[in-house]
Parts: sequence; C-alpha cells; structure tokens
Amino acid sequence: MNDQNIGQNSGMFGVEDTGDTSGYGGLTRQHAMPSRTSDVGVQPYGGWFKEIADALAFTEAEAVIHRGELTFHVRRERLLEALQVLRDELRFELCSGVSGVHYPADQGQENVGSELHAVYHLLSMTYNRRVRIETSAPDADPHVPSAVAIYPTLDWHERETYDMFGIVFDGHPGLTRILMPDDWPGHPQRKDYPLGGIPVEYKGATIPPPDTRRSYS
Amino acid sequence: MTATDAEDARTFTVTGQDWDDLTDALKDVKDERIVVNMGPQHPSTHGVLRLILELEGETVTEARAGIGYLHTGIEKNMEYRSWTQGTTFVTRMDYLSPIFNETAYVLGVEKLLGIGAEVPEKADVIRVLLMELNRISSHLVAIATGGMELGALTVMTIGFRERELCLDLFEFITGLRMNHAYIRPGGIAQDVPDDTVARVTEFIELMKKRLEEYAALCNANPIFKGRLEQVGYLDLEGCLALGLTGPILRSTGYPWDLRKAQPYCGYEDYDFEVITWDTCDSYGRFRIRLAEMWESLRIMEQALKRLKDLDGAPVMVADKKIAWPSQLSVGPDGQGNSLDHIRHIMGESMEALIHHFKLVTEGFRVPAGQAYVAIESPRGELGAHVVSDGGTKPYRVHFRDPSFTNLQATSVMSEGGMVADVIVAIASIDPVMGGVDR
Repeated sequence: MNDQNIGQNSGMFGVEDTGDTSGYGGLTRQHAMPSRTSDVGVQPYGGWFKEIADALAFTEAEAVIHRGELTFHVRRERLLEALQVLRDELRFELCSGVSGVHYPADQGQENVGSELHAVYHLLSMTYNRRVRIETSAPDADPHVPSAVAIYPTLDWHERETYDMFGIVFDGHPGLTRILMPDDWPGHPQRKDYPLGGIPVEYKGATIPPPDTRRSYS
Repeated sequence: MTATDAEDARTFTVTGQDWDDLTDALKDVKDERIVVNMGPQHPSTHGVLRLILELEGETVTEARAGIGYLHTGIEKNMEYRSWTQGTTFVTRMDYLSPIFNETAYVLGVEKLLGIGAEVPEKADVIRVLLMELNRISSHLVAIATGGMELGALTVMTIGFRERELCLDLFEFITGLRMNHAYIRPGGIAQDVPDDTVARVTEFIELMKKRLEEYAALCNANPIFKGRLEQVGYLDLEGCLALGLTGPILRSTGYPWDLRKAQPYCGYEDYDFEVITWDTCDSYGRFRIRLAEMWESLRIMEQALKRLKDLDGAPVMVADKKIAWPSQLSVGPDGQGNSLDHIRHIMGESMEALIHHFKLVTEGFRVPAGQAYVAIESPRGELGAHVVSDGGTKPYRVHFRDPSFTNLQATSVMSEGGMVADVIVAIASIDPVMGGVDR
C-alpha cells in the first residue's frame, strides 16, 4: 500500500494568505505517514517482529515499522481476534490503553472511509516488547468493537476515546462520557469540532479561535 | 441539613457539622442501603475526585469513581501550539510530577525527529537528576496526603516540609517551583546554575536524616499498620488486567520498573534497586514509596558525580534548526533575557538571529509518523502517544497517565470493605487529578 497522505502545506513558512512574503508561495509539500509494508522480517529488527506478523497473518493486518516501533493496522472486524491472539499467545499481558486520532477526509483521499483511528498500545512484560494495534472506522459509521472483555483496563480508556472522538465501542459495559459533562454536545478532540473565540469587553473585540489565527502549518 | 422526598428515595444533603441531624432523621428508616456521594470537594478524596459509594451500614457494597472535574483540554490545546510550546502544556497535566510529563513528551518528539541519540549526555544527566528529585517530591506528597487522610497530620506536615526543599531546588534549577517547561525537545532549556551540585548534595545529606524520621514514625506504628495492612488489596492478576503499574504493581512482588526494563535517558548506567513488597496492600505501597526515595537519592548522587565531570558541556542538540535558541538570565527585577544571547543574535551572528526568529515564532517541523514513549513516573507507566502530520504543531498528543488507569482499581480495592478503608485504598493508589483529567 502507498504512503498515507495526511496533508500538505504550501509556501515557505506555511502561512496562509498574505503572511508569506518570501516569494515561495507556490511551494507545496506533501506529508505522508510512514508506508505500510508486508515484509516485516527485515533486519535489523530481529526475529520477533516477524513472529508477531506471522501470528497476526490470519487477520490480514498491515504492518508499519517506523522509528523502531511496530504498528499493525487491523480491520475493525478482526480487531478482537488480533488482540486475543496477542494477549494469549504472544503474551502481551498489559494494554497501555487506547487513544483516538482523527484524520478528516479532506486531508487526503486515503483517509476517506477510515477517518477515526483507535490506537492500542500493548506491552509484553514477559518478552519486554511493545506493539501497537491500529484500527479505523469511517466518520459516518464510527463503530469499533469493545475490547474490555480482553483487556479490562480499556474500560475507562474506551470511554475517554468515545468522549473525545465519538468512536462507539460496541459491547462496552457502560459507554458514557467520562471527562466532559454528560450533556456536552459534540466530541472535542475531533478535528472538525468548532473552536470558540473569547469575547473581550473592549469595543466588541474578540480573541479569534486558535484555528483562525495566523499560524504556521 | 436539607431533605427532599422523591418517589422512591429520600435525599439528604449534609454540609458538615450536622451528622446528628442526619442520624436523627434516619432513625425510622429501616432500609440500611444508602448511596453516598463523596466529593468532588472533599479533603479525603485526594483532589477533585467524586466517589459514589453504595453502603450497607458501614460496608461498601459498590464504589464508583467519577472524574472529569479537572478536565482542562490540554491535549486539544497542544494541537494549536508549536512542538516546543507543548512542554508548557504537558507539565501542567500531573502537577506533582511535571518533569516526568515533560520528559515523556519530549522523548516522543525526539523519537519522531530521530534525534534521540544526539541528545547530549549532560542533558540526559540533568533529566535523570530532576526526575529523581521529582520522584522524591511526588512520593512525599503521596505519603503526606495519605497520612492526612488517615488523620495522621504530623505525616502531612513533615511531608510537605521536605517537599518544600524539593520545590526550592526546582526553583533554583529551572526557575519555577512547578510547571517548569524545562525539558525541551533536543535537551533542556538552559544549563543548571553554578551552585547546583553543592545545593543538591546538601539536600541529599539532609534527606538521608529526614527519611529515617518517616520510617521511625510510621513503619512500625500500630495505628498506621492497623489502618493500612490488608487494605486496598489487589494481586498481580488484578493489576495486569486493570493495567495498573508503578508502586501498586510492585507491591505484588513483581519487580517491573521501566527504568530497568526499558531504560531511557541513560538509566541503564545507574546503579539502583527496584523496590518490591509482597503484601499487595496499602502498607506495602507505602513502604515501596519510602524505599524508592532512598533509591532516588542514590541515583541523584550518581548523577551529581557525572554532572561534575560535564562542566561546560552542551545541554542541547547541536542542530541549530531544532535547538531552542533563546536564553534567559536573572535581571535586577528577577526576570529577563540573557544579555549575552541578545548580543550574540543582534551583534554577532545573523544566522543565529534567523534561527532564533524562526524557532521562536514558527518552530520546527517534525516528520509525519507516530511514536509511543513510556517512562516510569512515580505512579507507574506514563506514556506519551505523539502523532505528527509533518507540521510545526503536534497533530495529536495523548497521555496515558498512570493516575487515570490506576484509579479504575477503586472499585475492586474498596468494595466489601469499610467506608474508612476506601480513603486508605485511594490514598495508596495516589491519583493526581490533574493527570487523570488532563
């Protein structure tokens, strides 16, 4: 699979509109997440990357090796099977939690249909290894199966990810908001969540929301 | 006290000093089952933690923790600031271990930048020195507030007395007592002041005397042991299922410490022991924290020894496109820019001026990708999941805060026990709500 594009910036300084006076306004740069590979057994990472890839082969997981860390992208339908194998056969006893990441579709064609990512960090204390399992769901159907039955520690982590990203973990014993108030509208950590400005009591001025201020991308 | 009657339940609101009114009002109630909302504003809940306790007499049949009262949206805020400014946010998460938050985040950023190996030795030594100093100050608060919640006020006063010394040292070294933003991507913000070795040595010598006082006061104290032993029990299986780490995991006898298992910042070069206890209870966790402070002193001594040999060594990576350029010095008003630095950028080097301007306004770009870095904070595995989209701002930063995860054990540790033991169990978890809610 090709690199996953997650955006581009233009100009010399990443400033929009009139800020960039460098004359390099036409410059664009593409940013892509590290590419997925099927050949996990590459050196110098030793045998255990391959061992895990083989064990997860039945889930058709795609691997990414980046900065010495191993990530598997698993389709959400196969997530629980993958976690079960990792816990029971490969001895990833501890799950360090799940964190959500939102890649809106307008940032790259590859994101369409997999905007919401749930990222699980697993630790094997027996072998002193870490691995990351990543699964995704489209904005239109934000459902991911709950892994609380496999890793009970995910109870609060999944609630937080639901609270912040709106990912619905099917089968969670009590999927309610955990950090935001119960009646809060929206899911604040999503990239499309509107940001408020701050009104200032001086001639009707406001401090604009951070995403509309001049900034560098 | 006020009372309201709903269809199926009577609700009483007590505000303190009115327990007699409550017992009078409950005299005729035959049903012993009571739901008590404890907190979020309660001196024994270790911060703004809300406990929902279902009681049968004095026995807790169900305990739940309600959190979110200190949620400040730090992770969201970081997405609109540069990578360097991120340290000023993360330091405010778990406010009792700011140096750990900064280090976890910075190690994540350095991993994505691919400059982990280029961080100078002196920066690593100072990080270790400050982390261990921070571990001591954090454990002191854990023991102090835990003591206060039991009613042992002396433990509280002496704990905060020593913590004050730690904060003084932090202020001396980083300029701030808390919220330091001292650890930066690529190194640390500024070299330590000249007297650091002498002052930290003085502190270590004093602590060696003071730590013995805690042992003499608490270790064999029958009231202390009576309240702590066999309370908040959680064995190894329970810990791993619930993802608990840190002193709670080590109180089951399992010597899991990321400083040993997956060393970072050069911890593999230091000589120290991983402290364990085998009782799985609150007393064991107290003893672990006490003993870990001794180990921290040992590590600090070794770090100081190294620091002496690194006089004048760099504390930032050599890459001028990443290294934070700005320097500060203490002026007559207690704050100010370093005149040497201003002379350098304004009078000597145009390139330095460009680097200063670019890094302070725009920041540096971090290649797209994601990294998860975990370090051993005083409360367990503190993980930073850092995602970059190749821009000058973090795309997403998630903190796996050990307080958040460990607090899930409230129910299993306290259900079936007494109300008073809930307080002890939570004190032994030592959650810091700033880290739980972020």
